Amino acid sequence: MKEAFTKSMARNIYYGGSLFFVLLFIGLTVDTHRKIPKTDNSQAITESVAHGKRVWEENNCVGCHTLLGEGAYFAPELGNVYERFGNSKEAIKAFIKSRPVNGIPGRRSMPQFNLTEEELDAIADFLEYTNGIDTQDWPPNIQG
Amino acid sequence: MTYQSQAVSKLYFMAAIGLFVGQILFGVILGLQYVIGDFLFPAIPFNVARMVHTNLLIVWLLFGFMGAAYYMVPEESQRELHSVKLAKLLFWVFLGAGVLIILGYLLVPYAKLAEMTGNSFLPTMGREFLEQPTIGKIGIALVCAGFLYNIAVTVLSGRKTVINMVLLTGLLGLVLLWFFSFVNPENLVLDKYYWWWVVHLWVEGVWELILGSLLAFVLIKTTGVDREVIDKWLYLIIAMALITGIIGTGHHYFWIGTPSYWLWFGSIFSALEPIPFFMMTLFAFNMVNKRRRDHPNKAATLWALGTGVMAFLGAGVWGFLHTLAPVNYFTHGTQITAAHGHMAFYGAYVMVVLCIISYAMPKLRGRVANSNKAQVVEMWAFWMMTVSMVFITLFLTAAGILQVYLQRMSETPLPFMVVQDKMAFFYWMREVAGVIFLLGLIVYLVSFFIKGETEKAPKLVRDPAAFESQ
Ligand code: HEM
Ligand code: HEM
Ligand SMILES: [Fe+2]
Repeated sequence: MKEAFTKSMARNIYYGGSLFFVLLFIGLTVDTHRKIPKTDNSQAITESVAHGKRVWEENNCVGCHTLLGEGAYFAPELGNVYERFGNSKEAIKAFIKSRPVNGIPGRRSMPQFNLTEEELDAIADFLEYTNGIDTQDWPPNIQG
Repeated sequence: MTYQSQAVSKLYFMAAIGLFVGQILFGVILGLQYVIGDFLFPAIPFNVARMVHTNLLIVWLLFGFMGAAYYMVPEESQRELHSVKLAKLLFWVFLGAGVLIILGYLLVPYAKLAEMTGNSFLPTMGREFLEQPTIGKIGIALVCAGFLYNIAVTVLSGRKTVINMVLLTGLLGLVLLWFFSFVNPENLVLDKYYWWWVVHLWVEGVWELILGSLLAFVLIKTTGVDREVIDKWLYLIIAMALITGIIGTGHHYFWIGTPSYWLWFGSIFSALEPIPFFMMTLFAFNMVNKRRRDHPNKAATLWALGTGVMAFLGAGVWGFLHTLAPVNYFTHGTQITAAHGHMAFYGAYVMVVLCIISYAMPKLRGRVANSNKAQVVEMWAFWMMTVSMVFITLFLTAAGILQVYLQRMSETPLPFMVVQDKMAFFYWMREVAGVIFLLGLIVYLVSFFIKGETEKAPKLVRDPAAFESQ
């Protein structure tokens, strides 16, 4: 690099640039907080939904599935599973309940989590709530 | 080795390599589960193997960063480490905690682990990469804070170099951002929003400072290029990293319920994120071309150049591929993501840690560089691992393109599992490449045990004037 461009100029770009963008990021974060009640479906968060989120977490569902496109890529997207299962929480519960303990020979299989009826209701409520988040029309189609 | 206390880094490097082996073994298991769905089921379900694979990766990279800091900081500060005792203590605590967490995943059903560790008091578990029990997260925070303290005292009371200060800033950022791993609101959108403050702001933010600093250190040592030049590069690289990477977080705020302006912020700034990675490539090659000495450790130089190239390919090129919102709309959460994740992590962080290990390990073992024979074996390992990672990436990219087309773009989109079956060929090929990666890793381990005549001090090539010790 040319001598005309000194180390202290480089340093100033680093300090000034980072500071500016940290502040901008914080500003955008504040604004995001203000705006998301319109899109985050938070009015649908009931006690059961919150419980469902714990069930989701404590069984590490995200270790195989994506949720709004984030997670693992081994099993289907679940952000829109409520819709894919015909807006039926019963269908979701039935699916989770019916997983064979020893899997399906030669194929990927979801574990049997032995959830209680209450946990099943909660997870189904959570997935219904997630389905209601405004995601700019993602995923592109029902298959996720 | 100039300072006695640098020796502590050897422990950290050995642990890093040991856990790396574990990571790859589980990678191979995962790859097999992708094609033989019931492999090891229900003993080790996919999600468990995946946690082990990714958490080992993160933990061993942290061991690598810590080892690197303990090696570099005394030499840069021109003083002994503040406390070798603390460094040793934290080492065993961290290793113990890491091993316990992994054993917990493997031996106890995850829901049981959550219950045993009292997840309900402060629920933080069950989110990708942040699966550790809350108490484990607290342990990691304490270890990292203790480590940071040790390094900070050493740096601030010694000679302050740009490399030192950038490293310290990066490590500080790493520790501070870790606190967001405890933020887990009931609101899924906000949960995701702050989850990325750990994941994205680490790898596309503060870790880049650590990366730049390690790379600069090895380049100074192996090329003897003037510090002024190196420092200027380093500042510019990290400036571009933060200028693009902070707002670039927006490329994860497209489809999770956040305002639509993120489509623009995220696309534009993250599209610029390849710039710092490209500068790293230029940096590495420029410095090696301008070298004032031929350091006998050819392997370390190879790792440095490799980091420059592969970080740019994995993070820069493969990142750019899917970072614009209209593209990401179709590729989000597919094998394209996995392809990029693999090459970026390997090219940037795995390689830079192996680079500093390659430079420091011989010195920790009392020689300037390993014997020619040992270096040749190490370079074989470099090529085997790097080329197989390129193939892993290419096969996953092919799989991803097929997936995106069949599942998201064709006239009659097919269900996820149907599409997975059609991708089996590419998954098999990825597994073959994965096995070759594992073989490369074994060759790498072997290289540490190869004897042969070791070389003495480096030969000066261009400028015989005094410069930094190698
Ligand atoms: C033997 C070679 C390897 C194989 C076969 C392998 C296989 C896998 C598989 C199957 C997954 C899970 C993908 C999913 O969620 O569905 C995964 C995830 C991951 N692996 Fe590997 N892996 C290997 C090596 C590596 C290496 C060397 C690294 C780091 C440099 C790495 C880093 C990761 C990361 C970061 C993830 C999470 C990916 C994401 O969420 O996009 N893997 N790996
Ligand atoms: C060394 C630096 C980088 C590393 C280690 C890295 C790693 C990763 C990983 C592991 C993921 C998957 C996260 C998940 O599981 O959901 C990811 C996602 C992503 N990365 Fe990177 N990345 C790096 C740099 C970049 C850069 C520079 C860009 C852009 C130019 C980029 C663009 C993206 C995008 C757009 C996604 C989201 C993919 C999706 O929608 O599914 N990355 N990255
Ligand atoms: Fe990112």
